Amino acid sequence: MRESMSTAERREETDEPLVRIRDLHFRRGGRTIFEGVDMDIPRGRVTAIMGPSGTGKTTLLKLIGGQLAPDRGTIEVDGRNVHALSRRALYRLRTRMGMLFQSGALLTDLDVFENVAFPLREHTRLNEPMLRKLVLLKLEAVGLRGARHLMPAQLSGGMARRVALARAMALDPMMILYDEPFTGQDPISMGVLVKLIRRLNDAARLTSILVSHDVQETCAIADWVYVISDGKVIESGPPRRLLESGSEWTRQFMHGLPDGPVPFHYPAPDLERDLFGEAA
Amino acid sequence: MEIAVGAFVAAGFVALFFLAMQVSNLGALDTSETYEVTARFDNIGSLKVKAPVTMAGVEVGRVSGIGFDQERYQAVVTLAIYERYDRIPDDTFAKILTAGLLGEQYVGLDPGGSETYLEQGDEIEITQSAMVLEEVIGQFIFGKAKEE
Amino acid sequence: MKAALARLGSATLDSVGTLGRAALLLLRILEGQAEVARKPRLLLEQLFSVGVLTVLIVAVSGLFVGMVLSLQGYYVLSQFAAESTLGVMVAASLLRELGPVVTALLFAGRAGSALTAEIGLMKATEQLSGLEMMAVDPVRRVLAPRFLAGFLAMPLLAVLFSTLGVLGGWFVGVGLLGVDDGTWWGQMQARIDWSEDLGNGVVKSLVFGFVCTWIAVFRGYDCVPTSAGVSRATTRTVVHASLAVLGLDFVLTALMFR
Repeated sequence: MRESMSTAERREETDEPLVRIRDLHFRRGGRTIFEGVDMDIPRGRVTAIMGPSGTGKTTLLKLIGGQLAPDRGTIEVDGRNVHALSRRALYRLRTRMGMLFQSGALLTDLDVFENVAFPLREHTRLNEPMLRKLVLLKLEAVGLRGARHLMPAQLSGGMARRVALARAMALDPMMILYDEPFTGQDPISMGVLVKLIRRLNDAARLTSILVSHDVQETCAIADWVYVISDGKVIESGPPRRLLESGSEWTRQFMHGLPDGPVPFHYPAPDLERDLFGEAA
Repeated sequence: MEIAVGAFVAAGFVALFFLAMQVSNLGALDTSETYEVTARFDNIGSLKVKAPVTMAGVEVGRVSGIGFDQERYQAVVTLAIYERYDRIPDDTFAKILTAGLLGEQYVGLDPGGSETYLEQGDEIEITQSAMVLEEVIGQFIFGKAKEE
Repeated sequence: MKAALARLGSATLDSVGTLGRAALLLLRILEGQAEVARKPRLLLEQLFSVGVLTVLIVAVSGLFVGMVLSLQGYYVLSQFAAESTLGVMVAASLLRELGPVVTALLFAGRAGSALTAEIGLMKATEQLSGLEMMAVDPVRRVLAPRFLAGFLAMPLLAVLFSTLGVLGGWFVGVGLLGVDDGTWWGQMQARIDWSEDLGNGVVKSLVFGFVCTWIAVFRGYDCVPTSAGVSRATTRTVVHASLAVLGLDFVLTALMFR
């Protein structure tokens, strides 16, 4: 049994990490995305992976979920090497993972109820009344039980994500992956989502992996943060420690400073030469 | 929606049936049993397998095979006659005719007077080959030239 | 010069790669047919969207093609006093060639492009990815039923096309141009062979259905997941499927009608 943690700063965990990434190397389209990344995702906690846009955070989620395979290194989920699994075993593993896509990725020809019911219909043999109760409970948890007959096209972005969250929770997974959940949300939806993620994680004893570049929201709920850039882990630790970090790069990122190790100016020749130099 | 799909599939099958029966020769197809006899010709012209075999203008069978005898350099045609026409005399005369002026060729039978009838495996002795257009024209020209 | 050759080489390699991916996808789709057998509802929905919704354009086209055939044929045949064979001409052209080919081209344009767009859009909005992460194989769930539906719908559509064409031709030939009704049907029934003409036509449309749907479904699944990518894929489906149909038609005709 897990002991309840009083402060988020205590890292000591009696269990093995749920996800263990070792020496991950991945290249795509000629670009190196990851170059020797090591990560441990502890059970029952909200772990955030942050970094500037384009560092491959979504790619990392796809690697964990087995949709992509690394060039080198291993990813273990619950003790099993994801990429050594047979297709059937991989699919079985996926039923224990929930993923929330940036756009929600709801099936557009089904209404809200059917979307949440989809994984239940596919993977369980529940009778209709039982299924209905489960679906309504999941929708209730995200506050959208009343919207059950709307079509995805009628939902706002925030509502769509909440339905997608209910769907990701439908099979009571052990882990949920969130791909940029806060991007493009108005403050109220943002607040709702933030609260939901934390509450669901604790109530259902989930492990949540959150990929984002929204520093404020993420740090409000994360127990542990990994900051990655240029294919490597720059720093990791509890949010407060990173916010007070001495590292220049981390400081620039966490505080949103316009200039620092990531320069303001895109590399360009000397200004004077450009303006007054030889005519082109 | 199921109704629409059902209607679609049904319409498709109705159309197929229509085409098979009303448009193609399936409606008139004779699937009766047949017995086979052979006939030899010096020249079969453009006779093809499945060409009709007629007697008094009525179809009594079909050409079921065309072969070549390398010993006697003759065409050996197998005729499949429908079982119900079992009183064809065995001295019947078989000739290859053309339907219309330039149409397909078929086998026409002229009955003889014999009391014994054709049976499976018999051969029709008396035959007349096809009239090949080029030869006729050639003869005509040759004949004309001779007159001059 | 060297650059042009290099580009040609890489283009060829790309094409070979695409063909390979398409073949592998086809294998997975065929495997996925077992799932379709277990969930006939999926097939039903796709037969509606691919078959039923294409009926209108196929029927109207068939009717008009038959009518034009009859009209044009009459003018030519009457010069040789051979109007009596008008029925045979119309029926033979439709059953052997126009029925399967024109239907396939219409199918590629209407149903094929719709399939590609739909699947491409699902890819671009991450629905296919979502299905994968929910442990549902999108190839079995989304692609396999659509493929079977296209394969089954095509011969039905082709037969509808030919039927309406024959009726349209009859209307023009017998109704308007004065060819004798009995002669029209009689000659047709004597000369059109059910296995040679009708049968081969059906075989052709099955082959076309297989190829058109394969291309449509592959292009959707393989496209670049952006709106530009989807529209490019849709265009490619129509072009490639049409060319494939015409090319295959030549090969099949050469094999069948000797």
